[in-house]
Amino acid sequence: MRSRGLAIAPVGVVALFLLAPVIAVLIAGIRPESLHVVMESRTWRIVGFTALQALLSTVVSVALALPATYALHRLRLRLRRLTLAVLTVPFVLPTVVVGLAFRALLPDSLNGTLTAIILAHAFFNIGLVVRVVGGVWSRLDGRMQDVARTLGMSPFNVFRRVTLPYLRPAILASTALVAMFTFTSFGVILVLGSPAQPTIEVEIYRRTTQILDLPAAAGLALVQLIIVVVALIWSAVLQRRTVMRMRQSSAPPLPVSNKCDRLCIIWTYVLALALTLPVLSLILRSLRAGNQWSLQWYQQITAPSAGTTRDIGAFSIVTTSLRYAALATLLAVVLGVLGAMAVQLATRRGVTLETTLLLPLGVSAVTIGFGLLLMSIHGPVDLRGWTLLVPLGQSLVAAPLVMMLLLPILRSIDPRLRYVATTLGAGPLKAWWAVDGRLIGRATVGAAGLACAVSLGEFGATAFLARVDEPTIPLQIVRLLGRPGEANFGSATAFAVVLLAITAVVLTATDRGRTQW
Amino acid sequence: MRVLGTAALLSVTLALAACGGAPTPVSSSSGPVTVRLLTHDSFVLSTSLLNEFTARTGITIEIVAVGDAGELVNRAVLSAGKPEGDVLFGVDNSLLSRAVSASVFEPYVSPEVSHVRSEIADSGNGIVTPIDDGDVCVNIDNVWFDKRGLAAPKTLDDLTKPEYAELLVTENPATSSPGLAFLLATIAKYGDGWRDYWSKLRANGALAVNGWTEAYTSEFSGAGNPGSRPLVVSYSSSPPAEIIYAADPAKASVTTSTMTDGCYRQIEYAGVLAGAAHPDAAKTVIDWLLSPEVQSDVALSMFVFPAREGVVLPEVFAKYATRPARPEELTPEEVGANQQQWLNDWTETFVS
Repeated sequence: MRSRGLAIAPVGVVALFLLAPVIAVLIAGIRPESLHVVMESRTWRIVGFTALQALLSTVVSVALALPATYALHRLRLRLRRLTLAVLTVPFVLPTVVVGLAFRALLPDSLNGTLTAIILAHAFFNIGLVVRVVGGVWSRLDGRMQDVARTLGMSPFNVFRRVTLPYLRPAILASTALVAMFTFTSFGVILVLGSPAQPTIEVEIYRRTTQILDLPAAAGLALVQLIIVVVALIWSAVLQRRTVMRMRQSSAPPLPVSNKCDRLCIIWTYVLALALTLPVLSLILRSLRAGNQWSLQWYQQITAPSAGTTRDIGAFSIVTTSLRYAALATLLAVVLGVLGAMAVQLATRRGVTLETTLLLPLGVSAVTIGFGLLLMSIHGPVDLRGWTLLVPLGQSLVAAPLVMMLLLPILRSIDPRLRYVATTLGAGPLKAWWAVDGRLIGRATVGAAGLACAVSLGEFGATAFLARVDEPTIPLQIVRLLGRPGEANFGSATAFAVVLLAITAVVLTATDRGRTQW
Repeated sequence: MRVLGTAALLSVTLALAACGGAPTPVSSSSGPVTVRLLTHDSFVLSTSLLNEFTARTGITIEIVAVGDAGELVNRAVLSAGKPEGDVLFGVDNSLLSRAVSASVFEPYVSPEVSHVRSEIADSGNGIVTPIDDGDVCVNIDNVWFDKRGLAAPKTLDDLTKPEYAELLVTENPATSSPGLAFLLATIAKYGDGWRDYWSKLRANGALAVNGWTEAYTSEFSGAGNPGSRPLVVSYSSSPPAEIIYAADPAKASVTTSTMTDGCYRQIEYAGVLAGAAHPDAAKTVIDWLLSPEVQSDVALSMFVFPAREGVVLPEVFAKYATRPARPEELTPEEVGANQQQWLNDWTETFVS
């Protein structure tokens, strides 16, 4: 009952702007021919490859991220904030830009291979895992581990048998997120993949935008949707099954105590350095003009001289980006927090609710775009040209992230704390606020930062909805990259660095450090 | 709990109200006219021209860009009869038949078409007006070939010879517009033998990537790009663009050129959308697109060639853009009828 009220807004938004467009595409597209496409062996090769690359990318991302998560959230670490920001920045930068920088760094023999795709996906998603799992890890009461160690358990066994059970829901949550992102990944596949191996998302894009084969596109969209829903339900059930209530701790970060800790710290720095490389090459590239060091591209983007419809000053573009991102963040936080609360408090249908709210991450952006178009043509409301759709589209991507950053933390809270508050006379809302609300306060600020950064870097929805004379930074970057000439490439890299700087500021400003209260 | 529930309800109501109240500029007709010009992401014009046009005619042009040319046409096809704008600019000769058979356009050919170069003047079939054209050609990194004392390839056939092994990068025709144009050029040239040609290209180590940006800025070795392949499928206007967008255009010298065999001609058209809110103003816009002022702007703003005869090209264009004497072409009907099959065949021949 309680959860139903909370869920109205987030479910309403998902229903209106996600499910309705998808249904519109299915109604317009599903024909007997769709079945042919779905039955073709080529389609199943594509589905197989999509699932394979997503699975491997997810496993690699999570495995690489966990030691760093530990070091960043449990140990005393020099340059902790900076390192965390460095690890997160790739996740929020537009894939086209970093994909190109990544491509330039890879040896030629790797371009177009599965390995390149997996590496790039890990590069983009490690920061997300670090944040989602770190939110719970930093709250873990260390005394259990102390006891285990005193009783003679090896550090590995302490991790496996004492720590891991507490972290499992958070690890599963981050796994689900990375799996969704990589399963529907588009930019990385286009930039680094080979034309021989399209994914479902690329195939939907091709069928919808290039050859206008709606029956096939709708068939593929349905296959994608079914796989995503099954995977999300499975993940939601697993997370519930593995939840362990834990004592919330405020223990200070531990000093490095053994070889394992030292290795984790070294690993974290190595990872941060590796993730910096493409970004660094981007920064260097933005400072090179005509084979010498120069700020020419920065001057050019602040004061474009050619006077065409494409020459929009950096100041106005940054303002537009920030305006959209601010609105998107607000929406994402409200929807994400409401969603997380609703899922946490749901006594029944929690799995359905969680799956529904996460769907925006697993549905093809092309499908949603064309669905909105079809709704506008045949429906009662014409949404075309409605600029509020831009932040709304961005928040559709950011809200599930906020929810998944908060949900594992909420789940780890012992409900008895709330019962105590109720016994002491607090109403249900007040009890929730006094216990859960206070515990997720800091995490919400961090989640808002990530939501803001994601909105700033969002490309797919924005490209579909934004006005020509009001591009966001990623839009302008992609426009510039579509033309030959050093000035275009140089200006694109300069814009990318501006985006990088803004993102880094947003992320560090909202990083409240380890939870202490 | 009730407070939150109410807040949630309120936000949904607000969202719904905002949807319902969203202004639809398409149907607003009071006051000065605003024409919505539906186009692709590559559409660019000098702002001063737009302002002059508004001052002179009272018509404001709102540019609505919706992805690449393929996306643009597909969206127009889906919304045929209830269009997103009044004018569509950017449908090209390979997409035209799809748009025409879906009755996207209300037939209109600008009277200005009498000034258009004769070879393309009638290509709009009385339904749309040609505005500009350009060629997709193999671009050559001159420096690379000079350094090795190797003559650059001259024909499509040359590209299959062993001395040019592993030198060409092209784009996936399924995801890239120049990639598709290059495929069409080979089909126009070799007819039924095009699959053999692509088998030979494949055997000779040609590479296909998904998009122009990856091919040109990442795999191509010319014009200061970091790649290793000196031949790339791009446009005949890319060499002058390299000069105009050089770090110092005054000192820049041309280091790339185009191969004039196997070029595909892309003609871009503008048409009045069927069901447009302002069909008359739309026609004025199309006439204006063919006016001498706009026609002399398109070279430097969009890197295409004006359709109008006698328009003086900017010096860099006259000097560095080589127009193929006999570009390859297919009729819109041929392309419309076979494109999907060709794409499947290409995938089978070249990448699988």
